[in-house]
Amino acid sequence: MKSTVSRRNFIKGGLAGTVAATVLKENTSQAASFEGYPEGMGVLVDLTRCVGCRSCEAACNQEQKLPQPAKPFNDFSVFDEIEHGQKRRTDETRYTVVNRYDVPGQDHPLFRKIQCNHCQEPACLTSCFVNAYTKTPEGAVIYNAKVCVGCRTCMIACPFYIPTFKYSSAFNPRIMKCVFCYDTRLKDGKPPACVEACPQEALTFGKRSELIKIGQQRIRETSGKYEDHIYGEHEVGGTAWMYLSSVPFDKVGFDTHVPKEPILNLVKDFLGIVPMVLTIWPALFAGFHLLATRKDWLKGKTEDDHEEE
Amino acid sequence: MRTELLTRKKIAHTAMAMAMVGGVLLWTGPSRAMDAADAPETVEIDSLAKLYTGVHFDHAMHTEIASCGQCHHHTTGDKVTDPNCVRCHAKSGEADTVACRDCHSRERFSKEDLSRLDNPQLYHIDKPGLKGAYHLNCVECHQKMGGPTGCQDCHGMTAAGEQMFHTGGHAPAATPTGGHSGH
Repeated sequence: MKSTVSRRNFIKGGLAGTVAATVLKENTSQAASFEGYPEGMGVLVDLTRCVGCRSCEAACNQEQKLPQPAKPFNDFSVFDEIEHGQKRRTDETRYTVVNRYDVPGQDHPLFRKIQCNHCQEPACLTSCFVNAYTKTPEGAVIYNAKVCVGCRTCMIACPFYIPTFKYSSAFNPRIMKCVFCYDTRLKDGKPPACVEACPQEALTFGKRSELIKIGQQRIRETSGKYEDHIYGEHEVGGTAWMYLSSVPFDKVGFDTHVPKEPILNLVKDFLGIVPMVLTIWPALFAGFHLLATRKDWLKGKTEDDHEEE
Repeated sequence: MRTELLTRKKIAHTAMAMAMVGGVLLWTGPSRAMDAADAPETVEIDSLAKLYTGVHFDHAMHTEIASCGQCHHHTTGDKVTDPNCVRCHAKSGEADTVACRDCHSRERFSKEDLSRLDNPQLYHIDKPGLKGAYHLNCVECHQKMGGPTGCQDCHGMTAAGEQMFHTGGHAPAATPTGGHSGH
């Protein structure tokens, strides 16, 4: 008895199906790209205005009830601190940090504030398998410590190295990161504490869509003052916190090699296959096995029939 | 009788003079231009004082090193020359007021302040608040002219400020290792 489909053809078919599913998934994922909440708020950080007074750091510490700092917030020797060859970073005691950059050709140093950029499509959120992160319609990326299991995948996923782990409470896992003052301010329509504290209005709070217009206006109307780029308008699919600079962004510590699309896009095609692999493949290969062994089974059955006769 | 009449006249004259002076002092008519002579000797800039004390601003000294328009931009002094402003304001006269607070919002980024941007016709979408206007105006010039730029060069810190900045009486105890805890 001749089998209608060879073993080789079965496998070919199976692989073709997988490839087809992958290609189809890619097409649909492009169309379903999330553009961000239309009313989402953000902050435009203007490096040309910042004078490095650290008022934002002090205000954040007070608002978020963070531990006492090692040095007063009006101690500017912190700008010379280098740890593991890096300038200061966010950690479990500070959600925001200002660093100084002495750029050649500039008559005064530039200062760059770092904090969570509150991505439109956050990598931390998509990487979290217990959904501890939420992107709120107001624009904040907030975190729920109650469900966090402390796996720290978000710390690896974040393209800006912002979430930090509270190692002092490892058995009660807690990620520490800027939450845009969501609970105390943003949800009531108020600007975060750092923005309110900034004397130079280096931090402009508003609807993200308006901030892009403001940024474009500043670039257009002060010819030559700014780089013709708003960092965060498109980086990693767009961030709620965006930056203007008078020097190329890589000169002031920005990662200019981050993709222009959400980190999720790099992995979602693969992640889209996972459910298919888990559901279709067991049935598919069980089918292959049954068909491949059908001959033996039939043979055994006919032998049994003969024996019975 | 005569002396009494004189005294009466004197009183009337004095009253009239006082009324005139008062009228001049109270006069804030729409078309009145601000003369350098009207400018105050000093200005106490303290309406926002919270973390820092107010600024005792030596206005007279600054009028000697800068023209009115350099700080009061379009509100008084020379005509605007900024090409962005000239597009619409080439023929605009002086403003009715020279006080920063009359245009720059104390409640920057409040719902009311942000709702201004709902008007799609609005050109001035990027007008700083009062605190930003003060600092952007003063600090930028101080940087260029070599004036003082440290926070406490212009205004001292209040007790609330020391608490927020963890300095003065609220300074952290010195640790031998320094640096921050944890990593």
